[in-house]
Amino acid sequence: MTTLPRTLGADTARLEGREKVTGTARYAADHGHPDGLFAWAVPATIARGEITGVDTGAALADPAVLTVLTHENAPRLEEGVDPTLAVLQSPRVAHRGQIVALTVATSLEAARAAAGAVRLDYTSEPHDVLLGLDHPGLYAPEEANGGHPADRERGDFDTAYDEAAVQHDAVYETPPLHNHPMEPHAATAWWEGERLCLYDSSQGSSTVQQMLAQLFGLGPERVQVTSEHVGGGFGSKGTPRPQAVLAAMAARVTGRPVTLALARQQLAAVTGHRAPTLQRLRLGADRDGRIQALAHEIVTQSSAIQEFVEQAAAPSRTMYVSPHSRTTHRVTRLDVPTPSWMRAPGECPGMYALESAMDELALACGLDPIELRLRNEPDREPDSGRPYSSRHLVECLREGARRFGWQHRDPAVQGRRDGRLLLGTGVAASTYPVMVSPCRAEAHARADGLIDVRVNATDIGTGARTVLAQIAADALRMPLDRVRIHVGSSKLPEAPVAGGSSGTSSWGSAVHKACEGLRRQLAEHDEVPETGLTATADTTEEAKRGQEYARHAYGAQFCEVQVDTATGETRVRRLLGVFATGRILNPRTARSQFLGGMTMGLGMALTEHSTVDREFGDYAERDLAMYHVPVCADVPDIDVHWLDEEDPHLNPMGSKGIGEIGIVGTAAAVTNAVHHATGVRIRALPVTPDALLPHL
Amino acid sequence: MKPFRYETATDPAAAVDLLSRRPRAAFLGGGTNLVDLMKLGVEVPEMLVDVSRLPFDEITETEDGGLRVGATVRNSTLAVHPLVRRRYPVLSQALLAGASPQLRNLATIGGNLLQRTRCTYFQDIGKPCNKRRPGSGCPARSGIHRDLAVLGASQHCVATHPSDMAVALTALDATVHCVSAEGTRTLPVAELHRLPGDAPERDTVLEHGELITAVELPPPAPAARSAYRKARERASYAFALASVAADLRVSDGTVQHVRLAFGALAAKPWRARAAEAALVGQPATEESFGRALDQELAAAEPLRDNGYKIPLARRLAVAVLTDLAGADEGGAR
Repeated sequence: MTTLPRTLGADTARLEGREKVTGTARYAADHGHPDGLFAWAVPATIARGEITGVDTGAALADPAVLTVLTHENAPRLEEGVDPTLAVLQSPRVAHRGQIVALTVATSLEAARAAAGAVRLDYTSEPHDVLLGLDHPGLYAPEEANGGHPADRERGDFDTAYDEAAVQHDAVYETPPLHNHPMEPHAATAWWEGERLCLYDSSQGSSTVQQMLAQLFGLGPERVQVTSEHVGGGFGSKGTPRPQAVLAAMAARVTGRPVTLALARQQLAAVTGHRAPTLQRLRLGADRDGRIQALAHEIVTQSSAIQEFVEQAAAPSRTMYVSPHSRTTHRVTRLDVPTPSWMRAPGECPGMYALESAMDELALACGLDPIELRLRNEPDREPDSGRPYSSRHLVECLREGARRFGWQHRDPAVQGRRDGRLLLGTGVAASTYPVMVSPCRAEAHARADGLIDVRVNATDIGTGARTVLAQIAADALRMPLDRVRIHVGSSKLPEAPVAGGSSGTSSWGSAVHKACEGLRRQLAEHDEVPETGLTATADTTEEAKRGQEYARHAYGAQFCEVQVDTATGETRVRRLLGVFATGRILNPRTARSQFLGGMTMGLGMALTEHSTVDREFGDYAERDLAMYHVPVCADVPDIDVHWLDEEDPHLNPMGSKGIGEIGIVGTAAAVTNAVHHATGVRIRALPVTPDALLPHL
Repeated sequence: MKPFRYETATDPAAAVDLLSRRPRAAFLGGGTNLVDLMKLGVEVPEMLVDVSRLPFDEITETEDGGLRVGATVRNSTLAVHPLVRRRYPVLSQALLAGASPQLRNLATIGGNLLQRTRCTYFQDIGKPCNKRRPGSGCPARSGIHRDLAVLGASQHCVATHPSDMAVALTALDATVHCVSAEGTRTLPVAELHRLPGDAPERDTVLEHGELITAVELPPPAPAARSAYRKARERASYAFALASVAADLRVSDGTVQHVRLAFGALAAKPWRARAAEAALVGQPATEESFGRALDQELAAAEPLRDNGYKIPLARRLAVAVLTDLAGADEGGAR
């Protein structure tokens, strides 16, 4: 037993890898039933107003069509749960593309054809879909997302900024962005009497279970949700989306299983997006580059039906020395779809602005951008005064600089040329908070020697299933192949969502605790009894601990770009990320997370944007041909490294979350490199050829 | 799904006959555009006549030293054909700049020419579009038009033609061979597509039921060098913001021969005849290339968000011509 290799930290392949590459892994829409029906959603064709007439006659003329649900006949849902889930409850239209009807038929084709035959009359009202710094509807919310206060003031920003020897004042813009996971939002639902069964593409079936139970007025024990395999989410499946509710409604009305997969073209309107931001950043520093005053003021948008405030100023409260600080959020409610979570909400857009401003401040002070950051390294978290549980940003910057060859960099802009190509390099820091939520788990020793570990974690492609099995094996001091890990069903012990880079910490803590408990029981038995042995865990108390420390992960991204002066095209040549995120539990899946995050950040910098159509009120980019997620040809050989970080204030595994930090900072590293290459500072993402070319 | 009939054509006459008698029937090639448009409800044919298995899948040399490419040859096949790579590099490069490997494996030469605009309004049946529903209006002029036309557009339509291949074919003076109930005809690729005028619903001059059977390339211009460059938002699988196909011969520093076509600027591949005329006999320098392109692009009429295309096309073309001239003179790029 004592010579067992540690399973935790081992380079273990995904346990379900074979199922996925051979196509046998089944996703939510793959659980069709021989008696099952198919549904298709009908989107609103106005941006604001009311449905005045419904004609489903033509749609129902096809005998294959069993029903068409609208606000006139859909089952009533309990109110006050989540307004984006109150589908087909009222004739009001809050945004273009809102789902206003659902056709249900014996074939997908018939449902889709029927959707095209549904006739709706509307009274249309003038709509307002454009965010601006001076939008008259801007207000100060009670708080920003994540429980962050909307506004924070420390010291006397105005005076300190006025007196600062070096001042930088600029507005940075991020566009609406869409998550676009590979697997669209899909669900298969059926009812067993008064019990709802659901396969849903979600990041957390415990959450889906609870919210659907509320909506349908059921006890949670009467709702069973399975999310066994999920083809990505990036936050857009973090809470239930309309497909789950609609499939459940349609199954209730028809008495048969119903599968609903939203079309790619429908996702932009109903599954959420990263809200656009307009961020004014002011940095006042002394001549040595020490920040005296920092103001980060966010203007963003939400929908008419729900407040959602992207917490983009939050990282400026924790990142650098800032004796005098003002961080604010203002939001306006537009006739647009409700924004939602997208990878590193808050940190991702906020750090783009802060790290761009730091680059500009470094130039204004005549300092190397890494040196500027070293000079503004705080010894305690500025806003809270708490000590850091661990903070190795400096080490990330130094190690990255060494690996990237930063010391050979000529600070002059437009200093390197390769024919028509301008070359430049940039750096940015990244951060993401350590979060953990209460979780339950169960470990059961079977008489045959295997261990069943149960936790309602969700593996959205991250490798969570594998890492949890490793955590279990490690805690049990057993080889990995004795562990059977069970995730992705609300029948399992309740667990939080795969989000906030907190899944492994939260689920893993409970798995570790249950397995430690089981190990103690096993030690008391010579052999496992016929009925087995079971240990359960609930980490409600543990999840409260550690609050006396400021806990964040840190990283640094380095980028080299080439800019074609003939076309304004920017391509990334090199991208390096160095991270300090506690202990890495599985280097293979961790590397994928960092790589994926950095690739998504590359897209944010250069290719991804959703364009509001001001006349119609929707987004112009509706599929993967129009919405430019980076393709392989855009992505260089990304280099990822991490530091061995020991932090005793985290969880039994010693890990910080890694799912999101890769995207944070990447966009600024890229655009800082574009500036170094060209001398042009584009402060609105993405840096597309049309934006850059006029300045070259 | 709207029900439709599906017929596999075994000979071109039967295919033409099937279509000619049905105004709402359509030829089906690789389906990489038409099937998408059917899913979106943009195209609602009552019958598809699959012409992808007609015996037009050969690439053969013509007697005059040109190349005849059957209409059902796949884009990926043509792109890597040794004669194409050697004699018409601009065509190979244009094909490889289009779509993705998976799409190129399916897409046919005939279908590539007849693909339709990717204008967001054309593809959304919930919105007006004169090309899709004549007379319903063109929201693109005041709406989303960053990718749309700056040359040859009209009040009724500002769509662009999305093909890369067609731009190279236009520069190479290729012709299309067609068959219809009336017989056969041959016309230049440069005259295949229409500018929108007041009938943007008609992309090409082909009659309903007229079938493209082949594309023919004349022999390459002696001693000329050719290249295709495409500016786009991502490195692959993106339509052009602007593209250039050029074919150039320089001797003693003077332009002897030049053919130039732009993509993504108009509803058709834009053959830059004014620039060509201005260049022959002129020094092969950036300055004279730029002057000639200014003449060509003087007719451009940008909208609010697509004016960048004019300097982009100019600089892209100057760069391509300069590179070709430099290679011709044996110099560095």
